[in-house]
Amino acid sequence: MKPALPTTRRQRSTPPAPTSLFPYHPGSLLSVLDLTVDGVSRLLIRATELDNMDPIVRDHILAKRRIALLFYESSTRTRTSFELACKALGADTTLVSSLSSSIEKGESLKDTGLTLRALGAEAIILRHNSSGAAWLLEESTRLPVINAGDGMHEHPTQALLDLRTILTHLRPGLAGVKPDTLAGVTVMITGDILHSRVARSNMQLLPRVGARVLLCGPKELLPEQAARSGPGIEIERDFDAALAQSQAVMMLRIQAERLAGLQLDLDEYKANYQLTGQRLATHAPAAVVLHPGPIIRGMEITAGVADGVQSAILEQVTNGLAIRMAVMERALTAENGGRA
Amino acid sequence: MTTLAICGGRLVDPAAGVDAAKDILLINGRVAEIAGSGKLKNAEGAEVLDAAGLVVAPGLIDIHVHLREPGQAYKETIATGTAAAAAGGFTSVAAMPNTTPVNDSVEVTRWMQAPERGAQVRVFPIAAATRGSKGEVINDYAALKSAGAVAVTDDGRPILKDGMMRETLAAAARVGLTVIQHAEDTRMTQGASMNLGPVSFKLGLRGMPPEAESSMVERDIRLVTELRDSHPHLHVAHTSTAAALAAVRQARRNGLRVTCEVAPHHFLLTEEHVGLYNTHAKMNPPLRSAADRDAMIDAILDGVVDAIATDHAPHAMHEKEVEFELAPNGITGLETALGLCLRWLHGEWKIPMGRVLSLLSAQPAALLGLKGRGTLTVGSFGDVVVFDPKAEWTFRATESKSKAKNTPFDGWTMQGKVRWTISEGRVVYAGQ
Repeated sequence: MKPALPTTRRQRSTPPAPTSLFPYHPGSLLSVLDLTVDGVSRLLIRATELDNMDPIVRDHILAKRRIALLFYESSTRTRTSFELACKALGADTTLVSSLSSSIEKGESLKDTGLTLRALGAEAIILRHNSSGAAWLLEESTRLPVINAGDGMHEHPTQALLDLRTILTHLRPGLAGVKPDTLAGVTVMITGDILHSRVARSNMQLLPRVGARVLLCGPKELLPEQAARSGPGIEIERDFDAALAQSQAVMMLRIQAERLAGLQLDLDEYKANYQLTGQRLATHAPAAVVLHPGPIIRGMEITAGVADGVQSAILEQVTNGLAIRMAVMERALTAENGGRA
Repeated sequence: MTTLAICGGRLVDPAAGVDAAKDILLINGRVAEIAGSGKLKNAEGAEVLDAAGLVVAPGLIDIHVHLREPGQAYKETIATGTAAAAAGGFTSVAAMPNTTPVNDSVEVTRWMQAPERGAQVRVFPIAAATRGSKGEVINDYAALKSAGAVAVTDDGRPILKDGMMRETLAAAARVGLTVIQHAEDTRMTQGASMNLGPVSFKLGLRGMPPEAESSMVERDIRLVTELRDSHPHLHVAHTSTAAALAAVRQARRNGLRVTCEVAPHHFLLTEEHVGLYNTHAKMNPPLRSAADRDAMIDAILDGVVDAIATDHAPHAMHEKEVEFELAPNGITGLETALGLCLRWLHGEWKIPMGRVLSLLSAQPAALLGLKGRGTLTVGSFGDVVVFDPKAEWTFRATESKSKAKNTPFDGWTMQGKVRWTISEGRVVYAGQ
């Protein structure tokens, strides 16, 4: 048997882990961790104000400012939502997508970003299939970058709009948030957690406003280490047991494009994790049902539940517009905190 | 040839058991005399280097570098890579065969050692174990050895098939060559770009499980056990996991010839240093958990580690300025190894200077059978590093002699500044 090492060895000093690699543009939103709870609160309040504002007045906020949408992945909701949000504030937008641009000819993300900046873009909204791509673009261009989804990593505006939707249902009338606003609330996230940037952003954001996040899914899609990626996160593999504890139920799509050879028995998956009307009625009759979309009816959720009274799926889409207006206003009006 | 006298320094030669004030005289590229301090400063016709206050030690030996020639000169050349080696105090480097074409032939092995390459220090080619490093056809080891190859490996493209690895170990043993294995079961690391764990989950990156390394080391050790009568020598490259080290430790207890090396980044950094997708913290094997890192330090302390090797892996700037998952693996290491080892192994973790230097010279020389190197006794090669052990300095990647600047150690404080590097009696680097 190996003897225990002396304690002096365990306490030996080692090089510290890096804190931050480079200063961010204060208008950037790369991760929900970039925002303080106060910052989240300000965005939520501002989203409501902008939502209620006279469109003619609102149109002057970012009048003629230039915003580029750079999309390396297909998207319906996110792209349209960002575009409409920018336009609602009077900004000019241009869309560059990977299939119809020089990206196809091998232009790097850095060069694409620099090109957009040279063309006058004042902020870039990036959707990319590689985790961390938003950091590379920020570092290369030093422009405000909004992460509209990077690989399996984060989708911060989705988490913000999910929070707005949850608040509308569970804390009606409340505009902002504090660290205990969702105390006592359990939000369950079910499905392909491993490949989901929506799950990662929500897992980091919701506990910071007091919610408990309960993850549910099979081992292949929900590794144990998920619970160790932040505070306030737990795993419950039994779907019905998780439902019974939850006031908000978020369903996720199986991301076939990211399974990378993973074999999954879909019939078994449906039997264990599909959200049906009966399950909902039995275990969570008052919960609000969310889904970031795209939904695959008959797979993770039945049509009846998607269209049912507990569903807030289309509200989420509408809330996205308000949140993204607030995020884009912040992007282009934030003080440049001493950045070169 | 010139005559060089290094006088007034502290000679630290762990292989010879020397740590004392000595003068040393180099004639025609060899050590001609070692004498008491001050005795050789008037040696006839000698150029004198004043080493007062400095450590004089056998030139360092790095048994794991990528010099990128032939074929990838935009990353590094043998001339620039060995200039970086000289600046880092290294007088011998063993060059990996993952060049273009792969070094699987006598021609490439000879080409790499030709004077036209402009090497500043001695280059020892390591040849590919199989043709094109494809893991299918064994190369002609006897011919490669006589052309100058000091070991064989399919570095970066590990030999997965048991039968092929057994054949490789047996064939290398017949001609007395070491088999170096980059231990990675690549079937477990598809699409992965960092260590598997909570950090990779949080960053949304696919992870390489530690078992991808340890299972391959265990498999290789099983094969060495089966072949023990023919005395194969297995060397595990850049060991990064506690489990792999445990396997090596056990193999040694069982009397097998199994050695291993550890790279400075694996005993200093952890997966946390990936930070926010820093591609200069991306290498293979990846930075592991804190527990694995601590196991590296323990294994250095208790002697399981046979050598510190840098896995110097230069890449062009534009290759690293891309999405983390797309960036190539590897960092440079030749100019930071000594400064990091003295700062951390010696300074912080109190490993005696002689043992640190032994891991960087005497032991790697013994491991690859580099005769007359890694020690400074009369008749051995005049490979010497002279450094100021007290000097603290800051490493700046932009000032590197390497073509490449891909290092996570930019701006780090180093201990011990190289004053002169002497390769076979010739001063190849003179620092401040």
